[in-house]
Amino acid sequence: MLIADIDKQYDGGPHIQASLRIPHGASTTILFGPSGAGKTTVLRCIAGLEKLTAGRILFDGHEWTSIPPQKRPIGYLFQEYALFPHLRVRENIGYGVRRKPDVVERIAAKLKVYELLDRRPSELSGGQQQRVALARVLAREPRLLLLDEPLSALDAGTRDHVRSELAHLLRGLGIPAIVVTHDWVDALTLGDQMVVMNAGRVLQTGPPQEVFTRPQHREVAAAAGVETVVAGRVKRRQAGLAILEVGSAQLAAADPGGEDPDFYVCIRGEDVTVEKGRAEQSSARNHLPGIIVDAVAAGILTKVILDVGFELVALVTRQAVADLELKKGAEVFAVFKASAVHLIRRGS
Amino acid sequence: MNWEALATTVKLASTTSLILMIIGLPLSYWVAFSKWRWKFLVEAIVALPLVLPPTVLGFYLLLAMGPQSPLGRWYESLVGHGLSFTFEGLVVASVLYSLPFAVQPTAAAFGSVDRKLIEASWMLGVSNFETFFRVIVPQSWAGVITGLVLSFAHTLGEFGVVLMVGGNIPGVTRTLSIDIYDRVQGLDYSGASRTSVVLLIASFVILSIVYGFNRKVWFFGADRRHRQAV
Repeated sequence: MLIADIDKQYDGGPHIQASLRIPHGASTTILFGPSGAGKTTVLRCIAGLEKLTAGRILFDGHEWTSIPPQKRPIGYLFQEYALFPHLRVRENIGYGVRRKPDVVERIAAKLKVYELLDRRPSELSGGQQQRVALARVLAREPRLLLLDEPLSALDAGTRDHVRSELAHLLRGLGIPAIVVTHDWVDALTLGDQMVVMNAGRVLQTGPPQEVFTRPQHREVAAAAGVETVVAGRVKRRQAGLAILEVGSAQLAAADPGGEDPDFYVCIRGEDVTVEKGRAEQSSARNHLPGIIVDAVAAGILTKVILDVGFELVALVTRQAVADLELKKGAEVFAVFKASAVHLIRRGS
Repeated sequence: MNWEALATTVKLASTTSLILMIIGLPLSYWVAFSKWRWKFLVEAIVALPLVLPPTVLGFYLLLAMGPQSPLGRWYESLVGHGLSFTFEGLVVASVLYSLPFAVQPTAAAFGSVDRKLIEASWMLGVSNFETFFRVIVPQSWAGVITGLVLSFAHTLGEFGVVLMVGGNIPGVTRTLSIDIYDRVQGLDYSGASRTSVVLLIASFVILSIVYGFNRKVWFFGADRRHRQAV
């Protein structure tokens, strides 16, 4: 169990306060928020790379507050991986476990970098660098993993692939991990638990899906940028589309491929329009009948919460609210394109 | 060509740069990484020989090494003779005189090592001391070698301090630059010119090596990556 009550005041700079409780076992906690929120500072304080102004850090009953970083059994993955450029991959992985060549080879095989052992870091692709950096960290058998934006240094093409590999790896390790990210796809894919930060404060804590669907602050909703996140299951696939069962409704989405039928269904409020009566001609694939549960002002838009067999949020203009008389209890259709549905694979 | 003076000069320059390497590495580390608020004063003292006339430095060193000073007396009680007008005295003076040439390039190189690499080493359980030799120094080779070579070259050409502290004792403290001075005083222009050419060529070759090193072409991946970024 990690108990971290962090209070860090930079001289004439930001003030960061956060409390984390992280249980034993293979759980991944996402530290989520925009840049400048203080996520990396929290990570660096836990690692001992920054001194606390006040507060304390306990790990399994051991006092970590003022011991040096070397004494903490932490695996820290830096944002740009920080591989030693003057050392080959073999020496990088073995850096913290000298005189144990068997450990290096075993961990290299596990992370599929065995063939790269004699290369220099500059000769590796981004994905390979990440695996080497993970191997270097895991060689020491840490009891806590800290990952600072593990995917941000990768290009979009490799990111999806590396993300699912990382999710698989984290689940198999059996140790707690804290992952800093500002990407909601990372959060949903990797996270069991989520801590949302903004401007040096923790805004909300909970399972990622719950945080996204029930943001308690406007900042959380804005940071997430996606109003509807619900669990769904693929029933059938046809012509490049996946038909999913979500709650008691069915909807169509672009087929992401793969065998696994379980997904998070993510829909941005801006992509959903609300209509009265069935629309005659429309290219949109999804026309779901439902009832308005609530309608609340959200800046220049109105946030309309619909029950269409699951809870769906639409962001509509005030003009539309007035024209269509969108009030609580009204019977409407929610309309959105199949391509507006973003599917995120749900780990078992 | 005065071979004896050449031997004295090379011996003095090698000894000086070796000692500077040993005390320069920790001093450079301290200058690069210390957060002490009065650090700038130490930096100013280290840089002092750059602007101070060599005769001023030599004068104070002469006083400090003399039999009236505590340092001079302490040294004499230790080895049986004074420091001034000896080779050892000359080494002490040269070390101080060339200190900025060893420390500044080295400290600059240490300071530009990617902080993340140092922290990555710590997070892998490696001590500060070991991190220094396994990450910081290997990442700073160009700066360390520049400091070493520059302090060698600077000692090679030193004149004022040597004259003040070492005097002009053949085989002990007479260096090439003093030999040249002597020959010009004695109107032996051809002798002075032969020695001067040797010093000129040696200095040029050494500086070429330094600048060649700092092109970093044959250095490791870090520098290659750096050049791409620039």
